[in-house]
Amino acid sequence: MTISVRQKEGFTILDAKGKITIGAGDVVLREAIQGALDAGAMKVLVNLGGVSTIDSSGIGELVSAYTSASNRGAKLALVQLPPKVQDILQITQLVTVFDVYEDEEEAMSAMA
Amino acid sequence: MAIPPPEIHLAIKSSFTNIELVQIVIEEALKQLDLGQDEAHWVGIAVREAVANAVKHGNKLDPEKQVEIDFGVEDDCVVIRVVDEGEGFDVEEIEDPLAPENMLKPSGRGIFYMKRFMDDIDYSFRPDGGTVVTLRKSLNSSSQGSEEKEEKQK
Repeated sequence: MTISVRQKEGFTILDAKGKITIGAGDVVLREAIQGALDAGAMKVLVNLGGVSTIDSSGIGELVSAYTSASNRGAKLALVQLPPKVQDILQITQLVTVFDVYEDEEEAMSAMA
Repeated sequence: MAIPPPEIHLAIKSSFTNIELVQIVIEEALKQLDLGQDEAHWVGIAVREAVANAVKHGNKLDPEKQVEIDFGVEDDCVVIRVVDEGEGFDVEEIEDPLAPENMLKPSGRGIFYMKRFMDDIDYSFRPDGGTVVTLRKSLNSSSQGSEEKEEKQK
């Protein structure tokens, strides 16, 4: 699991690749999002397009990230959900909690 | 001559790294069975959740304690048993992750996913300690999980 961070037009974009699972990817995701928020990011996009597997621990980290961002007055959205990530969010009805967009352009337009 | 279905016994020490190894082995075994690619993926996730619970909540990451995993086919069902050395838990106390007050909790979804991805799961508790989780998935069923079936039966 790797995450690369880039800046674009006032957005902090985290590109996640690999597995977001217990004990490995979940920690990497937590540290990357927390680092972005600590650095003052107010609009964060988590690009999940390269994620092959996510488990309940990874989902828990996304929920924590959403709560942390909201508590700081920042916005966090998910983009490019692979079908299996979409399914697992749908099952626990979390698609109604997160802001989810097809791609970063759509997210940036909606969150401008 | 038909190839017999795989039968596997694994014993791992209680570390998160080993969960990955179990999932790899189980997914390889599932490839030998008549299960769709998507369903095999979800069974793999369910097993991952069961083993993660055993490592984290059952054995509390104690490296001296093991998790045992048995994989086989019984009566046209994939049957996976995950056994830990923990103290067990009260099944009645498992919270519903869809309840509004639980939606934003960072944990508590693992068993829910297991129920959705398998046809049946049950728990038993050994008198001398240890939880046995048994996961079943029919090789002839659609992808609907045990919770959907329960809903339909109501």
